[in-house]
Amino acid sequence: MEAPAVATELYVLLSAVLFILGALGVLLRRNAILVFMSVELMLNAANLALVAFARQWGNGGGHLMVFFVMTVAAAEVAVGLALIVAIYRTKKSIDIDLLHRFKD
Amino acid sequence: MFTVPSLSDLNLAATLPATLLALGASVLLVLDLFVPKGRKALTAWLALAVLGVSLIVALLSLGDVVDLGTGEGAFFGLYIADSFTDAVSVIVLVTAMLGVAVAYNYLERTGMQRGEYYVLLLFSALGAMLMGAAGDLVTVFVALELLSIPLYILSGFRWRDEGSEESALKYFILGAFASGFLVYGIALIYGATGTTAFGGIWAATRDLLAADAATKYVLLLGAGMVLAGLGFKVAAVPFHMWTPDVYQGAPTSVVAYMSVAAKVGGFAALVRVLAWGLPDFVLSGQSAAAWQSTVWLIAALTMILGNVVAVAQNNLKRLLAYSSIAHAGYILIAVAAMGTAGVANEAARAVVIYLMAYAFTNVGAFAVIVAVERDDGGHTDIDNVRGLAKEQPVLAASMAVFMLSLAGVPLTAGFVGKWFVFKAGLAADLVPVTVIGVLTSAISAYYYLRVIWFMYFEEGEGKAQIAWPLAWGISVAAIGTLILGFFPYLLSDMARGIALAFGG
Amino acid sequence: MELTLFVIVGAIALLSAVMMLISENAVYSALFLILNFAAIAFFYLMLDAGFLAMVQLAVYAGAIMVLFLFVIMLLGADPVRHTTPRKLRWLPKAAMVLAVIFLLTASVAIIRGDVGAVGGVAPTLTADGQPLSFGSPAHIGWLLFTRYVLPLEIVALLLLVAMVGAIVLTRDSVGKRPPVVRRLANPPAELERPIVGESGQS
Repeated sequence: MEAPAVATELYVLLSAVLFILGALGVLLRRNAILVFMSVELMLNAANLALVAFARQWGNGGGHLMVFFVMTVAAAEVAVGLALIVAIYRTKKSIDIDLLHRFKD
Repeated sequence: MFTVPSLSDLNLAATLPATLLALGASVLLVLDLFVPKGRKALTAWLALAVLGVSLIVALLSLGDVVDLGTGEGAFFGLYIADSFTDAVSVIVLVTAMLGVAVAYNYLERTGMQRGEYYVLLLFSALGAMLMGAAGDLVTVFVALELLSIPLYILSGFRWRDEGSEESALKYFILGAFASGFLVYGIALIYGATGTTAFGGIWAATRDLLAADAATKYVLLLGAGMVLAGLGFKVAAVPFHMWTPDVYQGAPTSVVAYMSVAAKVGGFAALVRVLAWGLPDFVLSGQSAAAWQSTVWLIAALTMILGNVVAVAQNNLKRLLAYSSIAHAGYILIAVAAMGTAGVANEAARAVVIYLMAYAFTNVGAFAVIVAVERDDGGHTDIDNVRGLAKEQPVLAASMAVFMLSLAGVPLTAGFVGKWFVFKAGLAADLVPVTVIGVLTSAISAYYYLRVIWFMYFEEGEGKAQIAWPLAWGISVAAIGTLILGFFPYLLSDMARGIALAFGG
Repeated sequence: MELTLFVIVGAIALLSAVMMLISENAVYSALFLILNFAAIAFFYLMLDAGFLAMVQLAVYAGAIMVLFLFVIMLLGADPVRHTTPRKLRWLPKAAMVLAVIFLLTASVAIIRGDVGAVGGVAPTLTADGQPLSFGSPAHIGWLLFTRYVLPLEIVALLLLVAMVGAIVLTRDSVGKRPPVVRRLANPPAELERPIVGESGQS
């Protein structure tokens, strides 16, 4: 098998940058939906790394992991968006900075 | 064209406790539709029956395979049926049964009674059990989600209550964030070793280290990210910040269950990943596994922060939240001890013993708060147990037992757990962190005894509402705490057969 | 050639991720995220994961992001937009994004031909000696129902839980009202009527 035109390292590097961007989004954005979308970006970055490594190793384990991550993400989205809708009905806001009911 | 694996290839018989629970929970979801409103006691009973059947099967196989050191795979090695799996299953199932007993009256009087509560609780128990049985990082990931997602939903179960919804959203967002780290960590481990199966990772790690390949740093980073993802589940510092808010806002009956179940699942998976997948991950120039120093550092920070902040708490749920952070720290001492060659099995036993003791004690303590709490979710401050001993002597005595056990006073289960954990820590030469454990235990005595002081020596009305399932739950938890404390060998006998199947 | 493609699509992925993070408007953020997912799907094609690329577009960029957009719209404009002159102003842009995705995907399919069998990876053999091309639906399906059947069952239960959970969490005043809603000091009158079907804007 000849070396692929684009090295695995490049894909992993890109995925690391995307993962960090997603993590930044979670930490910096205030809108709950945007925070949630940033989590999705993180999961996708991880998936990209998995697929790149799967080609490197030539086995399907990485592909299957990606498949399960996608399914779990779908379940998470259903529950997370339901929560966001529920909290919006109660509070009329989805600004997570307003979630500070409890203090030490 | 393809050969389809037969049922015997799957080795379903070895997975019976989990399979029965999955089946029972799915059937219960459908049956509940036919249970009329106002008669949900039937659903609760059925949930208890499902858990009971699964518990009996798990106990039977626990007795069966005491000599298990090898372990038996099922589902192509993605499920490991060894005595560690059975022990974890027993702890989770006991916790879930107590959780159902604690919840029934509480749901009834707070207007939250819905059959889905019990179904979701069963599914999350299944997730925790599967985390203990994981033989592959893929199983760890999906089982973790099966544990967590029902817990997110249950945290938001108090309808249109800002506190409950806030705690659910906070738990959810931080939980999903932690999942991201877990998945990326799994990706890196896969990248370094080419597999997600623990046995394969173990073999590949040896090759990597023998060849001294630079890939070992990818593996190190991956292991660190997996540690962060699981550390979130068990509420270890610095991934603990969700715990107090979620525990305070979520319905108390949910917290009683989740404070134990999430910890059991998280620690079971940590044991599997670290002690089985990466036991020989020793970088050059070190005597123990590369992750050991990180884990004991986290353990020390967790114990210090949990105990010190708990001292200042006046809300009981919040106090127990910081206490649960502190207890994660104690268990992490045993997890760190697994990094030293030769101590791994003893340390894994200590983890199981501690979790068993913690299950009875902590569910019991939250159950007492359930009894004290008012229908509107208020009345959970330490002031609200003033004079409880006069009004409710038995309840106050149970609470005193739980508090003493959490503090680790001899003749309670908590003491036995701490004893084995510290012993494992010393066996692994982790002297500084063990000393920190003993010192912080002394600090913790202050805030636990303060609760007892308020119940017995302060004047107040100290009202509580106890009906029979809750009373049963509290009694079982209190009796369990005492029996395990009086007969510590009960626990160590149960745990004696636990030996992890290294490199299976 | 492939390296050039990687650089171009990689730039798109990075740029769309950054734009998603800095967009003030949640609808734009969602659209940029779709673009990012599409770029990642493109990478899957380049990495011999044809099936996953398809799933990525259908499930992620399709189902999941549509759900996001739906909720953003359901919650109305206030929390997500600052200026609200016309509601469907984003539609042409969305159409353009979709067109670009379609063009990219189609061009890859045309240029590279048999998507499932691309790349220089030796085909894996089944027990019967049948070749399975790496990353093809047959390969994934084979693994899914053999080695990975346990996680498959677990995620099946997980989807069931998510369904139950979404219903439980968003139930409206059909059931019995809880006796006391202590923490909600002054419930806005709006809460008394169902919100589904209205945007918060109206």
